[in-house]
Amino acid sequence: MQMISRGPGEPRRVAYLYILPAALVFGLFILVPLFRTAQFSLYEWDGLGASTWAGFSNYRDVFTEPQLRGAFVHALVLIVFYAVVPVLLGLLLAATMSRAVVRGLGFFRIVLFLPQVIPMVVVAIAWRQIYEPEGPLNDLLRAVGLDSLARPWLGDFTWALPSVGIVGTWVGTGLCLVLFLAGMSRIPRELYEAARLDGAGPLREFRAITLPSLRGELAVALTLTVIAALKTFDLVYVMTSGGPGTETTVPSYQVYNNAFLLGRVGTATALAIVLTLVVFAATVLINRVGERGQR
Amino acid sequence: MISRGERLGNYAVLALFAVIAVYPVLLILQTALSNDQIGGGGSFHWENFADAWDQGQFGSYLRTSVVVAVLVVGLSTLLSILAGYAFGTMRFRGSEVIFYLILLGIMVPAEALVIALYFDLRELGLTNTLVAIVAPQVAQSTAFGTFWMRAYFRGSSREVVEAARIDGAGHWATLWRILVPMGRPALTTMIVLVFMWTWNEFLIPLIMATDESLRTAPLGLAFFQGQYTSGTALLAAGATLVALPVVVLYLFLQRHFIRGMVEGAVK
Repeated sequence: MQMISRGPGEPRRVAYLYILPAALVFGLFILVPLFRTAQFSLYEWDGLGASTWAGFSNYRDVFTEPQLRGAFVHALVLIVFYAVVPVLLGLLLAATMSRAVVRGLGFFRIVLFLPQVIPMVVVAIAWRQIYEPEGPLNDLLRAVGLDSLARPWLGDFTWALPSVGIVGTWVGTGLCLVLFLAGMSRIPRELYEAARLDGAGPLREFRAITLPSLRGELAVALTLTVIAALKTFDLVYVMTSGGPGTETTVPSYQVYNNAFLLGRVGTATALAIVLTLVVFAATVLINRVGERGQR
Repeated sequence: MISRGERLGNYAVLALFAVIAVYPVLLILQTALSNDQIGGGGSFHWENFADAWDQGQFGSYLRTSVVVAVLVVGLSTLLSILAGYAFGTMRFRGSEVIFYLILLGIMVPAEALVIALYFDLRELGLTNTLVAIVAPQVAQSTAFGTFWMRAYFRGSSREVVEAARIDGAGHWATLWRILVPMGRPALTTMIVLVFMWTWNEFLIPLIMATDESLRTAPLGLAFFQGQYTSGTALLAAGATLVALPVVVLYLFLQRHFIRGMVEGAVK
């Protein structure tokens, strides 16, 4: 019986010694702080004086205070820019290339994936320069006669959030494209030839062959990009500090802001717990959908 | 077969996206080499990098980042190998529960850790130390690394382990003399990923380090840009210096970066 079971290895007490250092660090710097965060979230505390029991009122604030709720709304908008647009763009491009063997793909892969590895602070500085009132974007618009569209993008109440979002699109699109092209290269070409013999058009081809074969890649792409959107911090901190007004605040930024600038540690930690739950839910949901398709 | 026009179209689309992907990078490089002062000659101003290094204190920020990265990568790699070995090759009570706890830990965003951690470490007088910057990152990377190494050890050949045992090698020798050398590719991928995450990390050092001497490179850069207007050569030169180590490593080991981020998508 034991020979057949695929469980790893034989029983060993020494295993506890092997995991001890990792478990210690993990417990001290993840489990304990997480528990303490949950604890802090039930108190009202300015970070210095005495704290008072607050029950769930901090959580109520998270859902009712316009500025805190707004941060989650902005995160939703960012998901569209970080995840939805890159995935759709990636799918569209991958689909149009499904019929071709692209030579030099290795080179394109290196270049397209590059935005993923650059520190976000550097990305933010580059894009701030692009969005400057006299920066390259406005120069381009003026050069093609669209002077009326030129504006200080990051200072504009309507355009600041989409401008931050576009940076997320820039970071995510290459990742999606690289993932999908790799996935497509594993689809047997005979499938497409058979479909074409059956008279399938490009749209049916995409729905019947390409999309189902890319389920796994889709789940990976969505997990990475949605979580990146939910955890946006560096970009907003460097590019806008949440402004103009509170137009570009995001949950992470409000966590930082409330804990260290406004002296509302309880609110900040409640917000952090809600954000954690949202991240968990998103991860599980995306991977459920991804797995269901693989059966 | 596809037509020539279609093939050209494909290349055109790929090329367009490639240009968009590198444009901001080239913009920073070009700005970094441009002339800030009125009346300076020449076209490439390499001295901007020297100025950023000294005046902008990027030399000091980069040194801190190197120390933090070496500590986080070294410690988390060691702990991950040990724990991953146990989870991947041994059977013990509670292994499932502990492993799922670690998996859950991978998903916890730093936001839910650092605030409580900051106030608790302040109690102990440990904020503003390397420990406060390094330890939480070691924990996060060890959670991921344990998951990653467990997968490698599970996939490693049983026969090799059996053969080693018949030769009289204990579990310790089997790990270090056979499985670790055999697992170089998996290890490299993990190290590369952890290095990138550590080098690019912003929130943890922002909260834990108030001392200027403890600022990591991205943090130093963020404060630097708060003082200077954007588009200046010095700022761009600093940004280039901060991105350079990761980008160079990426150019050499891009397969590991891409594979790691795709397969390690749990983080």
